[in-house]
Amino acid sequence: MRALCWTSGGELAVGQVPDPELRNDHDVIVRVRRSATCGADLPLLTGRASGLAAGDVLGHEFLGDVVEVGGGVRRHRVGDRVVVCASVACGACWYCRRGLPSCCDNGSTDPTANEAEWGHPVAGCFGQPRAAGGFAGSHAEYVRVPYADVGAFPVPESVADDRALFASDAAPAGWLGAEGGEVRPGDVVAVWGAGAVGQLAARAAWLLGAERVVVVDRHPARLLMARQHVGVETIDRRDTDVAAQLREFSGGRGPDVCVEAVGGPAGEHLSLADRFTGRAPVPEAVREAVYACRKGGNVFVLNGGTRHVNAFPTGAVVHKGLTVRGGRQHGQRHIPMLLDRMARDELRTEHLATHHFPLDRAVEGYALFRDRPEECLRAVFTPR
Amino acid sequence: MGRVGTVVAVAGALGVAAARATRTAVSRQRAWRAGPPHRWQVVTVDRPPEQVLPSAVWPEPLRRLDGAVEVTVARAPGGRGTELAARARPHAAWPGLSAHLLGDDPGLLVRRTLWQVKQLAETGEVLRADRAPGERGPVDRPPR
Ligand SMILES: NC(=O)c1ccc[n+]([C@@H]2O[C@H](COP(=O)([O-])OP(=O)(O)OC[C@H]3O[C@@H](n4cnc5c(N)ncnc54)[C@H](O)[C@@H]3O)[C@@H](O)[C@H]2O)c1
Ligand SMILES: [Zn+2]
Ligand SMILES: [Zn+2]
Repeated sequence: MRALCWTSGGELAVGQVPDPELRNDHDVIVRVRRSATCGADLPLLTGRASGLAAGDVLGHEFLGDVVEVGGGVRRHRVGDRVVVCASVACGACWYCRRGLPSCCDNGSTDPTANEAEWGHPVAGCFGQPRAAGGFAGSHAEYVRVPYADVGAFPVPESVADDRALFASDAAPAGWLGAEGGEVRPGDVVAVWGAGAVGQLAARAAWLLGAERVVVVDRHPARLLMARQHVGVETIDRRDTDVAAQLREFSGGRGPDVCVEAVGGPAGEHLSLADRFTGRAPVPEAVREAVYACRKGGNVFVLNGGTRHVNAFPTGAVVHKGLTVRGGRQHGQRHIPMLLDRMARDELRTEHLATHHFPLDRAVEGYALFRDRPEECLRAVFTPR
Repeated sequence: MGRVGTVVAVAGALGVAAARATRTAVSRQRAWRAGPPHRWQVVTVDRPPEQVLPSAVWPEPLRRLDGAVEVTVARAPGGRGTELAARARPHAAWPGLSAHLLGDDPGLLVRRTLWQVKQLAETGEVLRADRAPGERGPVDRPPR
């Protein structure tokens, strides 16, 4: 089959790879209908020791049709149109049974691979370096989906592909930002990042009863989209003092909940000296959130791409009594609810699919997503 | 045929097993501090001991290490299932294992095996990777 792969030369190319096969009883094979780029892919493409090997297939946000079903699968049949959670979890371990599937113990084919990096194994993810589970990505004609009864969900007929696609990752991530930040009715919520994840975090905040929501970014076109489609106020960080504007926005108290959903190399600030000395980046948006957040408020961090940082304001966390949490989306728990909201038109996401490409032009799609973020919010690939 | 010989037999005499397990858990703590090279590796399995090592027979992933490792089980606190521990015996002979599987760190092999036993007990299978990059054909460049 054709797939978007990492090459030995350290670049992307569409080429031929063997078709995936059922490897476990709980697997299904999905023929991809749509597969989207994600901000989480961008750090992989900088070439800095990403861990990708030649032949690795990229992509983790997707939906498609079930074409093969393993012997242990109960909930799916050939022909079902399903959206698949970008992360891989077993549904049976202590964490999964407590509604924390992205903390799954059994989501990886080599749990020891994560231990060195995070201390513990975490849920797998499609289309990432092997250490993230060992599962080929979705920018391909076909994908193998492990634990299919747990991670794949039938899409209601009334929900179109371009909407349901975002239930795979961006919508559950956004939902987690708001839910994990414990947004309550009447809250003032600030979201950093107007990408798909940030916009859907803002939408989730509305749905959870927030009374004012503001989104911060540096791209006017993305902020315009957030105003038009999510009905939020926006702050363009290039021409204002973000902290001062947030104070104004929240009666001087500071937002009750701050969600960080920024991405890419743009999400971190590295001075020339830092680059020279190899110092860790400064988490610009998280710092701003910690200083802006009201006393006793919640800061929720969604960007896991920056592995470690310097200049984290621990003092402000202590003196203001903040709760700082992070997390990867728990789609296995949230996707059915999100699809339901999509079917009821409470959650509209198709505007995020700004660009469509046939899979054969996926390299071009990534270049656009990376280099022209003001224009391209998500590039969506269609294999046929 | 791997039997839970050395330390704990789970099936049949659970009461005895639990008592012994407590003792071994304590001695394990000491071993843990002693550090490499023969450190205990431990995982917690979210299932009761009798499901982790059914009928006192080692499940397949562990059986491959029969003779080379010691194994203990202990009930985890707070109803969290079973703490399953293993460590390489000093001067162990690794039955039928090629050097490349073993690597230069037997601890890692023991640890991987424990994770497999856990996956098997919790999900009913050991997750297999998609084909390794090496197993894939070379990437054809599309014509430009
Ligand atoms: N936790 C999860 O489960 C999960 C899931 C998917 C994505 N993510 C992460 O969420 C983040 C956003 O994903 P996306 O796909 O929307 O990415 P994206 O790259 O499309 O958008 C990120 C946006 O952040 C903006 N930004 C960068 N620095 C900023 C700053 N200091 N202040 C305000 N805005 C800033 C960028 O201009 C961009 O518009 C990424 O870091 C991604 O890795 C997390
Ligand atoms: Zn994603
Ligand atoms: Zn799990």
